Amino acid sequence: MERLLAFGDAGWGDEILSGTLLTLQLAAVTLPVGMVLGFLSAFLSLSDSRLLRALGWGYSTAMRGMPELLTLFIVYYGGGLLLNAGLNRISAGASFEISPFLAGVVALGLVFGAYAGEVLRGAFQSLSPGQAEAGLAIGMTRRQIFWRIRLPQLWRFALPGLGNLWVNLLKDTSLVSVITLGELMRMSQVAVRTTKEPFFFFLVACAIYWVMCVLSEVILARMEMRANRGIIRARA
Amino acid sequence: MNPMEILAAHGPRFLHGMGMTLLITGLGAMIAGLFAPWLALWRAQGGIVAQSALRPYISMMRGTPLLAQLFLIYYGSGQFRPELQAIGLWWFFREPLNCAILTFALNSTAYQTEILRGGIMGVPRGEIEASRAIGMSRGTLLRRVVFPHAYRIAWPALGNEIILLMKASALASVVTVYDVMGVARQVYQKTFDFSALLWAAVIYLLITATFVTLWRQSERWLSPHVLAMEKRGRR
Repeated sequence: MERLLAFGDAGWGDEILSGTLLTLQLAAVTLPVGMVLGFLSAFLSLSDSRLLRALGWGYSTAMRGMPELLTLFIVYYGGGLLLNAGLNRISAGASFEISPFLAGVVALGLVFGAYAGEVLRGAFQSLSPGQAEAGLAIGMTRRQIFWRIRLPQLWRFALPGLGNLWVNLLKDTSLVSVITLGELMRMSQVAVRTTKEPFFFFLVACAIYWVMCVLSEVILARMEMRANRGIIRARA
Repeated sequence: MNPMEILAAHGPRFLHGMGMTLLITGLGAMIAGLFAPWLALWRAQGGIVAQSALRPYISMMRGTPLLAQLFLIYYGSGQFRPELQAIGLWWFFREPLNCAILTFALNSTAYQTEILRGGIMGVPRGEIEASRAIGMSRGTLLRRVVFPHAYRIAWPALGNEIILLMKASALASVVTVYDVMGVARQVYQKTFDFSALLWAAVIYLLITATFVTLWRQSERWLSPHVLAMEKRGRR
């Protein structure tokens, strides 16, 4: 078994490692994209305009009701179609394919954004209105109230939900292997094809994902404790 | 690209795929639903031995991608073919459909157990003490007091889990099960018509919407006292 995981030409250690790094990279790049989409979606669904609210509802319902794998396929194939249609207007015959990595970032970002929108909306709604009113009373602008009062506290309410979404995102990166991105799952499949040791390599992949998820949970628990440090003291 | 032509040519196939999606989701959720209450009880009230057996299982199921679990069971079992043949289980693992249902059931059991544990722990102490005080046996207590209330608390979360499982069941297409996703991929590969994927999206959204509506209705049936109050008019 050690031989299978050796680095260099003989073993698959370096391939698995590079796959793991790509998995982490994909998740790390998707996170900010998903957060931006999440805030957008939360603002849409909290907006005063009925049209914007409907838009937010449509986005979040569609993304949360469809398999992530299907979203990925639609983005990967549909994105290419759309781009090529656009390019053909500019110069006929131009062809372009979006990379599996980009498709992964967009699709997983869209999914993350839809769920994050719900988490953030809930968090905004659990902020006590009295504080924003107090801000108004001392003459803060709406923008100042958002940046100085609502956003800092939002973190505390949103963190547990966002933490769960991060773990889901880490796991969902495995889907991008289906459109041939060489991340951890794909690299394990490549190793299996040559060595005919499926049980071993998929077990290794599971173990690596597990370590990443458990580590994330430990770090998230610390972050939650830090976010709630003022509250815990007050209650004790 | 004409979405209607695709539907006309491949509609029955999509319908078949829909049946497959409902079958794997339904079976997976139901098998998990048979085991989850007992494991949840164990998890909520069991001793150290029970905890140390259950926690790693739940943590592993929730901390690894479903796709990896599916590959581990489907491709991994192939490696043990002689052993599985010897104990007469190979016929089961040979079929991708069986492996998919087994994986989904194992995975969903972990999630449902955690959800139900929350429900059991949410049953007010007083209810249990009162039942003991009037001399209920443990079995009656569980059947009449703990589980009814725990399920009522856990019901919305259980519905969410079933929707997640339905969406996750699309992964079965990766091991050549022809569910909605599998049919969509097949049709797309044949025709290169993008609307095949869009029809799949429509079907999945329809399933989700129908399920959400039915589940909300069942939530009301589970709480007859709330219904009765509503009928009597607002108080």
